[in-house]
Amino acid sequence: MVDTTSTKKPRIGVFVCHCGTNIAGSIDVKGLVEYAKTVPNVAFAQDYQYVCSTPGQKIITDAIEKEKLTGTVVAACSPRLHEPTFRTATKEGGLNQFRFEMANIREQGSWVHMHDRDAATDKAKDAVRIAVAKAALLQDLEPKAVPVEKAALVVGAGIAGMQAALDLANAGIKTYLVEKNPSIGGRMSQLDKTFPTLDCSQCILTPKMVDVGRAPNIELMTYSEIDAVEGYIGNFDVTIRKKARGVLSMAEAEAKGISGGGCNGCGDCEPVCPVIKPNPFEEGMKPRKAIYIYHPQVVPLLYTVDFDSCIKCNLCVTVCGDKKAIDLEMKDELIKVKVGTVILAIGFDIFPVENKREWGYKQFENVVTSLEFERLICASGPTGGHLIRPSDGKEPKRIGFVLCAGSRDNTGIGKPYCSRFCCMYSLKHAHQIIEKMPGAIPYIFYMDIRSFGKMYEEFYYRIQDEGAKFIRGRVANILEDPVTKNLHVYAEDTMLQRPMDMEMDLVVLAAAVQPAALTDKTRKLFGVSCSLDGWLLEAHPKLNPCGTTTAGVFLAGVCQGPKDIPDAVAQAEGAASAASIPIHRGEVELEPFFAQCIEEKCAGCGMCINLCPYQALSLVDKEAGKKVMQVTEAKCKGCGTCGAFCPGGAIWMQHFSTPQIVAQIDAFLLGGVK
Amino acid sequence: MADVKKPKILGILCNWCSYAGADLAGSARTQYPPDVRVVRVMCTGRVDPLFIMKAFTDGADGVLVSGCHFGDCHYLEGNYKSAKRMFLMKSLLKGIGMEDKRLRMTFVSASEGAKWAKVIEDVVNTINELGPSPLKEMTK
Ligand code: FES
Repeated sequence: MVDTTSTKKPRIGVFVCHCGTNIAGSIDVKGLVEYAKTVPNVAFAQDYQYVCSTPGQKIITDAIEKEKLTGTVVAACSPRLHEPTFRTATKEGGLNQFRFEMANIREQGSWVHMHDRDAATDKAKDAVRIAVAKAALLQDLEPKAVPVEKAALVVGAGIAGMQAALDLANAGIKTYLVEKNPSIGGRMSQLDKTFPTLDCSQCILTPKMVDVGRAPNIELMTYSEIDAVEGYIGNFDVTIRKKARGVLSMAEAEAKGISGGGCNGCGDCEPVCPVIKPNPFEEGMKPRKAIYIYHPQVVPLLYTVDFDSCIKCNLCVTVCGDKKAIDLEMKDELIKVKVGTVILAIGFDIFPVENKREWGYKQFENVVTSLEFERLICASGPTGGHLIRPSDGKEPKRIGFVLCAGSRDNTGIGKPYCSRFCCMYSLKHAHQIIEKMPGAIPYIFYMDIRSFGKMYEEFYYRIQDEGAKFIRGRVANILEDPVTKNLHVYAEDTMLQRPMDMEMDLVVLAAAVQPAALTDKTRKLFGVSCSLDGWLLEAHPKLNPCGTTTAGVFLAGVCQGPKDIPDAVAQAEGAASAASIPIHRGEVELEPFFAQCIEEKCAGCGMCINLCPYQALSLVDKEAGKKVMQVTEAKCKGCGTCGAFCPGGAIWMQHFSTPQIVAQIDAFLLGGVK
Repeated sequence: MADVKKPKILGILCNWCSYAGADLAGSARTQYPPDVRVVRVMCTGRVDPLFIMKAFTDGADGVLVSGCHFGDCHYLEGNYKSAKRMFLMKSLLKGIGMEDKRLRMTFVSASEGAKWAKVIEDVVNTINELGPSPLKEMTK
């Protein structure tokens, strides 16, 4: 039976917070307390400097007992910040924790009407009256405890995703690691060296990749994407699309009864394949066959067929022979997994810097991006680490670096934010040139050098000492000499206050980063918001940088905003720790804001059933011939879409019931400031 | 200024986007007119047409319903359903001879604090231009 009545005569306590001067600076707190005492059903009102502090909360617990309160209202900051705090205080005072309502007089009061004290105070009075009206009708509710599945999902296997998965696995949690590319490793595997230590990227990454491949608790799913997500914290049902890679692993072959078969990475198939395509791992600067591996260190060591370009000539199948590893008829497979928590580590893409036409990328051969430079200077890259310019294969002597290529750009074409690691890797590139190519000079065109990390500023000094040239000026334009294919870089040297035209053999654009292509799709599947620039939105920028507003979903790495490798790894470890907490506790409490059917009013029309996005509602037989709606609480998330529609008013939304909301509206419009 | 009647505007905000966006405007100290009073619901899908009618019969000069952008609703599609209902309510308002501009639905995400301030300015301006609700006069 749904209890739609409130039994006790309401006695509400109102607690008004000064929040130092945050609230008291723009709102007449004393006046607000006096006003609160005149509001119907208010039995007690008091103000305090910081209600969220221990003595502040004690005022609440004491008042509940002394004044025999039936509900509490705190007029302070946003419920999105301190609702849990005051619910706990309300509970400690002996009331049900849901007999609490918050009046937001800071974020939506004092802070936004700082120069109109009277209006801000009037608004706060209305807010208190509205909150009291709801508090008077609140009911006892019990949070619903649900068990948490002892498994986690990590989406994206770049350095952040790998670190998170390793941490979870080492904490004894079964972890599914899903990667859209055929190999794990992410962007870091494309890099040659890492700043400021100049570690070889592969040397520090490969052991981690091997660890991931070996960890018994990690189930690695490469060449896979998230297809669908259902459920909530503790019980996410995730459908993973394992894209057809056309090649069976040894384990898969074994399962199919091909004993001793499957891909062992011998590579016999690759030379016979007649199709040639650019290799995206090498930024298109090296060819690849239709059956390929990205690079020699891939994990898992497993070839992949690019079905978009495969002509199904079967030559690879023949040469593979008895291993029978290649199946050109393979189809995508859908795999369902159940996990308790999720970490998104979906990385970034490079901003299409050709959109900035003035720098000539994709118009002039000798203008490259820094990721292309990275491959050109890398020993395992297309030129074996020998830096040459694309137009004629000659070694460049004068190399220009254009920083903030698309970052810190308010023209609407680029990105307004700082991409955070371009300064540092450009310094590293300058160092590599000086070290590898005697006589060559790097010229760095910059706005500011942002070397904020540990040992970063020292690295900057070192590169200056090594002889790199720094020109403080944003590059306005780059033009090509059609004969020599050299580049003229036009900029203003703002130090000398003089325009300059410098001839370069090669120009490297330190392109901005932007959210990865799949970001929007993925975040919508998991119900995660994004900030204005498209990066995934953390629950709180300072105090909860790994969490999201969707309980049980966490963030790691650049997908939350540009960051370098140490920061990405640190956040991954944070996210892994946060994601393991509910799993180790084994149980989470959900807010019980479920729909309930008031059976006497339900006509059994069933119109609500289709409205529910979660299939939480169904029609069941009640005595002879009468059908009523029934809610499956485990599926209901409490949005209230059904409750807003029911023509008979037969749906009761717990904590957001129609009488409660109508009381709020009435309190605002009919109550009025005296 | 004292004798200028302040408009009464009700804002019903979803918890996940618009309420968070309004909070963000606060953290950024973005100043906007103080005329909208807020009731928080979990999703705009919860906004019963009854609430709108109740507000207008109670004498509201305007009602603002604000939720997540399409595709961003925390509950997948509550905002679509709400938008449909708001269209219906708008034609109903017209039917009874009220300006349908008094009811407004907007989409403000958790990261759009500045937009929230703009929305409020806009809504308050619109309602000020329209003047007090005719229903208020009638029910007096
Ligand atoms: S949660 Fe914002 S509109 Fe549904």
